[in-house]
Amino acid sequence: MAKNDLIGGTLWETYSRKVNDRMTNPRHLGEITEERAAELGGRLVVADWGAEVCGDAIRAWWVVEAKTNRILDATFKTFGCGTAIASSDMMCELCIGRTVDEALKITNIDVEKSLRDAADTAAIPPQKMHCSVMAYDVIRKAASLYKGVAMDSLEEEEIVCQCARVSLRTIKDVIRINDLTTVEDITRYTKAGAFCKSCIRPGGHESRTHYLVDILRDTRAEMDRERAKAVASKPKSFTEMSLIQRHRAVEQALDEKVRPSLLKDGGNLEVVDMKEADGRTEVHISYQGACRGCASAATGTLALIEEALQKELDPGIRVVPV
Amino acid sequence: MERVYLDNNATTIVDPLVREAMEPFACEMYGNPNSLHEFGTEVHPYMRLAFDRLYAGINAGERDDIFLNGCATEGNNTVIKGVWYDLIRTGKRSEIVTTQVEHPCVANACTFVESLGAKVVRLPVNADGIVDPDLLAKHIHPDRTALVSIMWANNETGLVFPIRELARLCRERGILFHTDAVQAIGKLAVDVADAPVDFLSFSAHKFHGPKGVGGLYVREGRSLPPLLHGGEQMSGHRAGTVNVAGLVGMGLAMELAVKNLGYETSEVRRLRDRLEDALLAIDGVSVIGRRELRTPNTILASVEGVEGEAFIWDLNRGGVAASTGSACASESLEPNPTFVAMRVSPELAHTGVRLSLSRFTTEEEIDRTIDVIRGSVKRLRRISPAAR
Repeated sequence: MAKNDLIGGTLWETYSRKVNDRMTNPRHLGEITEERAAELGGRLVVADWGAEVCGDAIRAWWVVEAKTNRILDATFKTFGCGTAIASSDMMCELCIGRTVDEALKITNIDVEKSLRDAADTAAIPPQKMHCSVMAYDVIRKAASLYKGVAMDSLEEEEIVCQCARVSLRTIKDVIRINDLTTVEDITRYTKAGAFCKSCIRPGGHESRTHYLVDILRDTRAEMDRERAKAVASKPKSFTEMSLIQRHRAVEQALDEKVRPSLLKDGGNLEVVDMKEADGRTEVHISYQGACRGCASAATGTLALIEEALQKELDPGIRVVPV
Repeated sequence: MERVYLDNNATTIVDPLVREAMEPFACEMYGNPNSLHEFGTEVHPYMRLAFDRLYAGINAGERDDIFLNGCATEGNNTVIKGVWYDLIRTGKRSEIVTTQVEHPCVANACTFVESLGAKVVRLPVNADGIVDPDLLAKHIHPDRTALVSIMWANNETGLVFPIRELARLCRERGILFHTDAVQAIGKLAVDVADAPVDFLSFSAHKFHGPKGVGGLYVREGRSLPPLLHGGEQMSGHRAGTVNVAGLVGMGLAMELAVKNLGYETSEVRRLRDRLEDALLAIDGVSVIGRRELRTPNTILASVEGVEGEAFIWDLNRGGVAASTGSACASESLEPNPTFVAMRVSPELAHTGVRLSLSRFTTEEEIDRTIDVIRGSVKRLRRISPAAR
């Protein structure tokens, strides 16, 4: 909450002029007949997506030139709000002149960006982002019809947040790498769940295959299992460990062998990064408290830290203060 | 462009007579009524007149209370949280019975006390969109029911609930009954001598009074702890310096609302019915709730193939202000609870438009609206793939 949130009913005010304009006067509205497609010299594709029951439905017409796979013309009809209509119109515009494969690369985010008045101001408010997703889905549907393949085969990754187009893999990675424990953290790192919020938990605007709460719970459980396993099978050598396991091992060794003596003198250190260079592991550290600026930090103390890690974990470890 | 305002269930224009009556209290008569000097005391006769009008407007007895407050939301919160404090927190009773179609101020206050340990029973409405008294009878018991809270008329559909019957059921069983009458004042007879409610809330701005002032009726002998603690205003039941201008305006607005009830149920109803007939003459239009069961000013219509937000967008461009019950247009994106409770089909849930008239609505405005609606339906159906 803040000053800008205190006035309600601002939904329409946040639409860009382009959204307003295309809602009122769509450029690519209507249907394309077989005759018209023949005149243009291409094959007609008619794709339906969504349903009135869900609040959004779109039908798109493409004329595709067989030889080049180029989209010669695109039109739409849409049942939906202003955002849905404007997005459909912009989707058509972005498709025209592109090949089917190029069109498949267009996302709802591209559509939204094309509807902006200024590059750094969103064309629509966050909660309307999902209304632009349909315009993306219908492209895949039309392409699958044209290519005669299943729609799923055109999706490279499993998408969890349709609005921000965040994949399942990205979300799992970000939880693991940053040790995230809350859904709010996932949203902060990836923007997943920041828009229509349907993907956060069941019961939102739309139902989904994956929900952030479940992904978080399952990934955390997986991480815990791995951790338990790692503890159980300790003898595993440092070089065989994954980067996450190595990071944990380094933290554990620092906690046991290094930090107690630093803390005694009012100092501490933080591991800010770990890298692999020439088959050796580089541990990048940042000094804290009294260690910062201490003359010995770059010499004696540093040598002690490095020795401790080499002795505990692997002789190839190098410690780099940053 | 002349604008047409058909969103009177959201708020209403202040009657010019009301504005005029309020004006002196922003200017020369600005005294605090709790002061002992003349500035304070000279406003008392006007306050008395205003209270007389409020009491007469709902036929309250001399020994009942009508606490002046900020809005019906405040009144509803005072009742629900107060009953929780006195009866549920103390373990005397355990439950609040309400409906699935209440305004968020009742629904969310109930959810709040639920988080404090109250049990909340939310009754569905029947196929007519009405709370069935037989259903209520099955769900209340003096051993556990602390409060029943049911709105007098629904803000979305305009459907009027049988408050007299529902309140009587509770009275017979010794259970407190509260009604949110915010959509009822000025649209139907609200008589607390006839309907044995214990608490009733209203807001001035829904019946051509100013915003930011409301009232909570409390029947003689019922008690509630205050929501706002402070000075001795409203006998300590609602502290805070009295909004004199608001009170004076609300008093007159109440009198005018009751005086114009006949006009509301004849002329406003006639205009509403004309608009409704014109809507129904369009292919694929349906209206939620039977006409005779609704307040005389409200239409909640569904227009096949026309999405609700796009519709009110178009109407707005045509100079007609309406609102939508469609999930897509609300900022929260939550499905409309009234539609869910009435088991309205999901298609209709996305095509809802609410038109609500007032005694200031004119014949010409209805003509204009019919034109704008016809044009917009045509345009949006041309855009929609679903339309025939």
